[in-house]
Amino acid sequence: MTSTQDRQETGTISVQVMRYRPDRSTPPILQEYDVPLRKEWTVLDALNHVKNEIDPTLSFRWSCRMGICGSCGMNVQGEPRLTCGAFLSDYAPGPIRVEPLANFPVIRDLVIDMADFMAKLPRVKPWIIRDDAPDDAEADGEIDGEYLQTPEELEAYKQFSMCINCMLCYAACPVYGLDPDFVGPAAIALAERYDLDSRDRGARERLDVLIEHEGVWGCTFVGECTRVCPKHVDPAGAIQRYKLKAANQSLRAWLLPRGGAR
Amino acid sequence: MTALPTYHRRMPTFWWLRKRTYFVFVMRELSSIFIAWFVLFLLLFVKAVGRGETAYHDFLDWAASPVVVALNVVAAVFLVVHTITWFNLTPQAMDLRVGRRPVPAAAVIAAQYAGLLVVSAVVWWLVRS
Repeated sequence: MTSTQDRQETGTISVQVMRYRPDRSTPPILQEYDVPLRKEWTVLDALNHVKNEIDPTLSFRWSCRMGICGSCGMNVQGEPRLTCGAFLSDYAPGPIRVEPLANFPVIRDLVIDMADFMAKLPRVKPWIIRDDAPDDAEADGEIDGEYLQTPEELEAYKQFSMCINCMLCYAACPVYGLDPDFVGPAAIALAERYDLDSRDRGARERLDVLIEHEGVWGCTFVGECTRVCPKHVDPAGAIQRYKLKAANQSLRAWLLPRGGAR
Repeated sequence: MTALPTYHRRMPTFWWLRKRTYFVFVMRELSSIFIAWFVLFLLLFVKAVGRGETAYHDFLDWAASPVVVALNVVAAVFLVVHTITWFNLTPQAMDLRVGRRPVPAAAVIAAQYAGLLVVSAVVWWLVRS
């Protein structure tokens, strides 16, 4: 247990939380709570303090508290952040404005509806696509072996595999905000992750989805997705590289109609 | 799945004034209009040259009028914005490798400025001679 002396408490800080109660059918309002300003406390700790000590009706999502589950994304001071990694002291003296992730419909308080993202994710087929058996699979056609890979081949896609589906990039993306049909940063970065995987053979199938207007060409390279990504995935980079690849393929198909498409 | 009653927030018209990075992005997009203007200006210039000395002098007089000068000054500022912002973004869009090693971003950006310098020198040399 932490003793009172260990806690570096330096007064309080005001947290303004956006609250939406579907049962009251009124637009969201900002509700202000004063929480202890502790050096080691994050915005998520503050919200948990509010929920446990001040107002149990406050709703928000969280799980791991260590920046890996991707559940606690919210707009803090207008900026999409994982609240478990946003320290109160960085916003002192406050107040800190906490809102649900931008560009998503709000279900209640800080809880957003992620159904749209969940529907988009499988469209880019983020899994290894093969029609042959793994290298060491049994001859009876059983597919439960391994596909071998060198460290260099792993390195080629590793950065894009760090995505935790926290949706901060969607909240940061004005293209998605203005046109909700846009496939979006994380999904395209994940498509790139599998395209770059030496074990995968599905690039052609993913291209069919991403080459559409709502795919990579919807992106105008604002670059904000990359700036807010807590895992340094660089979705903006992935999308531009995909555009280059797609343009290359179209050009090749046009110049070499029979042998160009691979 | 049951449809949940949700609250939809609309993006404000001036969303791009709310964050510096958004503002820079919109200015970068806007700069392409001024690039198009410079292309048109150059084409009009070439056309005037082709039509003879009177047309050429008429073009120069028009180009020296305060309105056109003011427009060209603004366009020149946007040209600089366009160049800097796009050059800075290039390494992110291009995955260049020498052997297995990725080329550092600074080298990609420097190469573009070097290219710009070479092209500018050639144009300057053409105009002078």
